[in-house]
Amino acid sequence: MSYESLKNDSDKRWQELTNGNVPWIRVSDAMCCGSSLGSDEIIEVLKTYSKANNLSINIDTVGCHGLCYAGTIIDVLLPGNPRVFWGYITPDNVVKTVDSYITNNKIVKQNLLGSLGEESIKGVSNFTDLPGVKYQSRIALKNSGNIAFNDIYQYIANDGFSGLNKALNSMSSGDVINEVKNSGLRGRGGAAFPTGVKWSFMANSNGKKYILCNCEEGDPGAFNDKGILESDPFTLIEGMIIAGYATNSTNGYVFIRHGHEGPIVRTEQAIKQAYENGLLGENILGSGFSFDIEVSLTGDSYVAGEETALMESIEGKSSRPRSRPPFPAAYGVWGHPSTINNVKSLSYVAEIIRNGSEWFKSTGTESSSGTAIVCLSGDIANPGMYEVEMGLSIGDVIEKLGGGIPGGRKLKMLQTGGPLGGVLGSDSLKVKIDFDEMAKAGAILGSGGIIVVDDRTCAVDLTKSLVAFCQYESCGKCFPCRLGMTHLLEIVEKISRGEGKIEDLALMNKIGKNMQAGSLCGHGQLGYNPISSALKHFQKDFEECMNGNCPTGSCEKRNIVFPINTRPNAWQAKTGQVYQGKIKTGTGDE
Amino acid sequence: MSEDYKDEYILDIIENQHYTTHTILSSLLTVQDDIGYLPKNSINVVAEFMDVSINDVWGVASFYLNFRFDPPGKFNLEICWGPSCHIGGASELQQTALKKLKLENQGDTDDGKFTLKFNTCLGACPQAPLISIDHKLYGKMNSKKFSKIMDELI
Repeated sequence: MSYESLKNDSDKRWQELTNGNVPWIRVSDAMCCGSSLGSDEIIEVLKTYSKANNLSINIDTVGCHGLCYAGTIIDVLLPGNPRVFWGYITPDNVVKTVDSYITNNKIVKQNLLGSLGEESIKGVSNFTDLPGVKYQSRIALKNSGNIAFNDIYQYIANDGFSGLNKALNSMSSGDVINEVKNSGLRGRGGAAFPTGVKWSFMANSNGKKYILCNCEEGDPGAFNDKGILESDPFTLIEGMIIAGYATNSTNGYVFIRHGHEGPIVRTEQAIKQAYENGLLGENILGSGFSFDIEVSLTGDSYVAGEETALMESIEGKSSRPRSRPPFPAAYGVWGHPSTINNVKSLSYVAEIIRNGSEWFKSTGTESSSGTAIVCLSGDIANPGMYEVEMGLSIGDVIEKLGGGIPGGRKLKMLQTGGPLGGVLGSDSLKVKIDFDEMAKAGAILGSGGIIVVDDRTCAVDLTKSLVAFCQYESCGKCFPCRLGMTHLLEIVEKISRGEGKIEDLALMNKIGKNMQAGSLCGHGQLGYNPISSALKHFQKDFEECMNGNCPTGSCEKRNIVFPINTRPNAWQAKTGQVYQGKIKTGTGDE
Repeated sequence: MSEDYKDEYILDIIENQHYTTHTILSSLLTVQDDIGYLPKNSINVVAEFMDVSINDVWGVASFYLNFRFDPPGKFNLEICWGPSCHIGGASELQQTALKKLKLENQGDTDDGKFTLKFNTCLGACPQAPLISIDHKLYGKMNSKKFSKIMDELI
């Protein structure tokens, strides 16, 4: 099927949806805003409602608007009217909210968020005037909240796959790499390495080559990868195919953690639809280029998100990092050249190709072009997933988008870029959201998670929780990390109990240095970061805790129960026997 | 318990697994999704299916924290203790659950009704603190709400 005929079909369907005679209800449902608040039940209630009243209504599940605080959000589009949005919807109040609008054109004012369209409705504010919408500039998430995650035609009608069509039909693979290089797109997974440069490293060989998309995302405080896959998996698939074309690859894997059903199911569905429409598989859009994508799942392991550990996991082994060199671009999955990109990095690619690198470069800052998808959580009035232009200050993100800190309390700490990213003090509000600026301030933008912590929490308490996380999730391959994290946790816990000594700080520093020098991957190398950054800003908290006077009392009040290891020694202890299997191949006699 | 699942049954599951790339990990995930845990003989069956040693399979099964080796409780209760949930008060939820279930740490209750697990991140941080019951997320928890849910389940 040619792109033009696909586009024509899709446009027709989109016209019917938006300008037909039937109301269209869109329920925003993603793991972070909807499903934890019961949005699947909302859809059931709506379906029953339309059936019982003999109403013809199109009901679609769409992705996240970013306003997680107002979840679940729904909007109703009546033919010839703007979209009307309501927030805080539950299965109990949904019918009450939409009924009078659909049947009598009367808008319920309770929980009303605003309207969106060319014309406005008298007495209803604009949806785009909400601070959480106004200060966002959406590129990767531009379709999120607007199109159904399970309808490829809605995606195509909104310019979907036109970037792919452009790349396949009018650009060579070298052109695509150059375009991405020029755009200044940097990896959004944490290391901020230029994506185009990474692609150009791919070995110039024939045979199988892999594009791996990393959606492991175990970072507490970050949920944007899963958010993209749940809201608009097609953007990622288009980006992956373009990446495959640029690097002359043959296969792609989307790598997701087992158990995150939303992203898994929605991505699989999107891949299936892409195959059905000739956008994946042999001879894509008649260009002669072939590419396959499948979903690969990992078990519970944080380190599986590290690039070489990820490859081990795809091969079905324990996700422990490999030593480098050889680098993945030369020797990756099953020994074939592989490129690993984060979900967010790949989600920009289609838009960059469609609009050109100059367009992308015009947003953001000199060194970090484009946008950042920031996840706000913790002690904040309006937590959410906000896509903002690079260069906005952290203070603006917290005050304008996040609505500040509730209850008149004061900001104390910011935890950015996942547990290994470290802690910033309240003096960091002027720091700009930008890879280099954040690094200068002693933190990383990383995956984009920002956990806001107010003055009720002691720095030792937060550090303890971060170190406990890192200790629990160490894969155990490198002993400086395995033993070092355990030792660090013991010391931090001792300090939080009020039994620490001032010498402990020097000891922790020594352990941290050894971990940095002796670990294969970032988990061990950066494992001391949470402590060193907390000490930099809040040494006073540590000293007070050592004297048994926790400055906020949270060390004592919040008594974390560290989970005991569920690995097999626990099983043996319980059943009282050691597992002995017969050896089928390999070393021993049978 | 391994007698409950015949080798042929397990082989049938992994031969018809949903994943297109068959690996040790994908086979083990398939068994656990179907049965709820990894019966002892499944290790042998997967080894035979993948043509690898039992030690290779056992190495993978014991590495990932989601695999379990005895039947799970009727209710699968997970409490997130990641940093976002921690500052939201996850430790109180942990204490409440342990007290109500008469457990000392994560694990199974003696009556086989509950499996309690402390998860490092359930992935919906804006709704912190979070719990999940049978993989359905419940956000914006507090100990009062949580106690009520627990009492209903117990």
